[in-house]
Amino acid sequence: MRNTFSETLYAEATANPDIYIVVADISPAGSMGKFSSEYPERFINVGVAEQSMIGIAAGLALKGCQPFAYTIATFSLYRPFEMIRDDLCYQNLPVTVVGMGAGVIYSTLGGTHHTQEDIAIASALPNMQVLAPCDPLECIEATRWCARQKNGPVYLRIGKAGEPVLTANAEPWQFGKLRYLRRGSDVCILTYGVITAMATAIADKLAAQGRSVSLVSAHTLKPLDRDGITTALQQHSHVVVIEEHAPQGGLASQVKQIAWDVRATCRLDTFTLQDAFIHNYGSTNDLLAAHGLSPERILATIG
Amino acid sequence: MTQASFDGKAARIRCQRYRRRILDISQRVSALHIGGAFSCTEIVDGIYNELMRKPGLSSPDTFLMSKGHGCMIQYVVLEELGVLTRADLDAYCTPHGRLGVHPDYGNPGIEASTGSLGHGLSMVVGMALAERGKRRDGMIYTVLSDGETQEGSTWEAVLMASSMKLTNIVAFIDNNDFQSLGRTSETHPSLYPLGAKFEAFGWETAEIDGHDSAAIVRAASARKGDRPLMVVARTTKGKGVSYMENAPIWHYRAPNKDEYAQAISELETQA
Repeated sequence: MRNTFSETLYAEATANPDIYIVVADISPAGSMGKFSSEYPERFINVGVAEQSMIGIAAGLALKGCQPFAYTIATFSLYRPFEMIRDDLCYQNLPVTVVGMGAGVIYSTLGGTHHTQEDIAIASALPNMQVLAPCDPLECIEATRWCARQKNGPVYLRIGKAGEPVLTANAEPWQFGKLRYLRRGSDVCILTYGVITAMATAIADKLAAQGRSVSLVSAHTLKPLDRDGITTALQQHSHVVVIEEHAPQGGLASQVKQIAWDVRATCRLDTFTLQDAFIHNYGSTNDLLAAHGLSPERILATIG
Repeated sequence: MTQASFDGKAARIRCQRYRRRILDISQRVSALHIGGAFSCTEIVDGIYNELMRKPGLSSPDTFLMSKGHGCMIQYVVLEELGVLTRADLDAYCTPHGRLGVHPDYGNPGIEASTGSLGHGLSMVVGMALAERGKRRDGMIYTVLSDGETQEGSTWEAVLMASSMKLTNIVAFIDNNDFQSLGRTSETHPSLYPLGAKFEAFGWETAEIDGHDSAAIVRAASARKGDRPLMVVARTTKGKGVSYMENAPIWHYRAPNKDEYAQAISELETQA
């Protein structure tokens, strides 16, 4: 997904001379290298200095530019948090903070590199908009939208590498709206981000069991599509939320709140990361399983 | 404006007038940061009235007040320039006003919201990069507090400005040697001499008396221009009113009626 992001941003920057990217010592892979060599004045590497990455992006935006701040998610959002709050959100500047490799993608690097709470933290900030594409194609849509919007700051949560295409036949992407990747009438799986691949496999298994399954990418976490979620709760007998995020303040807790508000009568199950630091190493799926997020466990619970 | 056309007496009269205006406001609202505003009065006056071209909303140059708690002086200068109105300042810190104790982006003449320390210089770096990227010749002026140099984020920006060869930055340190708990030089003796630190990080530096308006203009005008410039300005917190000078209580306090009368009388002798 990061290469897709870089390629899309490169294309946008070619069309718009106000697009800048401020990075914090990120490896210049693929199109990021092309960006830096063709537009050196608009590719700014602050080094290992994330606070100034955000402040510089704010300064660029204050002078009419459209900057992206980009590094691994824990460092792009957590390290410079007060700069994001004061410089970007308080001043409501159109800067996109890109959290790359969010969730537990950096599985072998340990808890310092896991981003388990970013949706809650970013969503709590006034003016902040939050996007989390589920595959490379959605990443293109989200990146383009970020490059062209002037509403205010965005936290763009993306994966790393190797994410499969899941949305080739989906409905069109629209900011702020749920996107059905497939429509059914019994079970509705609400999800977003990289774990959508696991949700897709679960949807396939349920369909093989004869269930009519909706699979939905909730790519815009803020503003969340409350009407769309209400409809999903009302039109399915069973709603399942699967997310690679802490139980507090993510999609799961928000869907529960909406369900209460609209007196939903469907069954509702949520599967999230634990409210815990898991000291395991291994693949991303190993880490997710250690948190309780595995197709087997989810299917056993909802089956 | 060039050094040759500098009028020292006019600057002195302006600064006296600004301090008096701040004292007047202090009789209505006690939240002022008066000590820190008085320490950088000559610096902010010098930037707006001597260094910036066409000071006001049409200036190609930019002033960002990194030490946001000193913004009273920025407000009164902007009022004289006609950017803020008398009504704006009269409504300072009131429910129907739009100006508060720290400067807020969105108000006329206020380029960024500051107040949380250590944010300003990074935004200055971004602004300077944008000016360069857009092939414009705008200068970016800023005033930092000496307390801000204790923030790590300030040094990230110091490093970036010189590494990126941002020759369009002129920064002043309002080195009044005070922070809330006492003398800055006692909190961190290792920071001193301050100018040498910026020099070591690749900045051109100058050290001046920060209440000498001529020296302020001279330092900026004489810069070589091949590096960002940091002017370390030695100042006195509460400058201009004897009982406020170097007394940390005036970081927050507003003078009572008798103190106000004494302050006005002292200022009148200085013009």
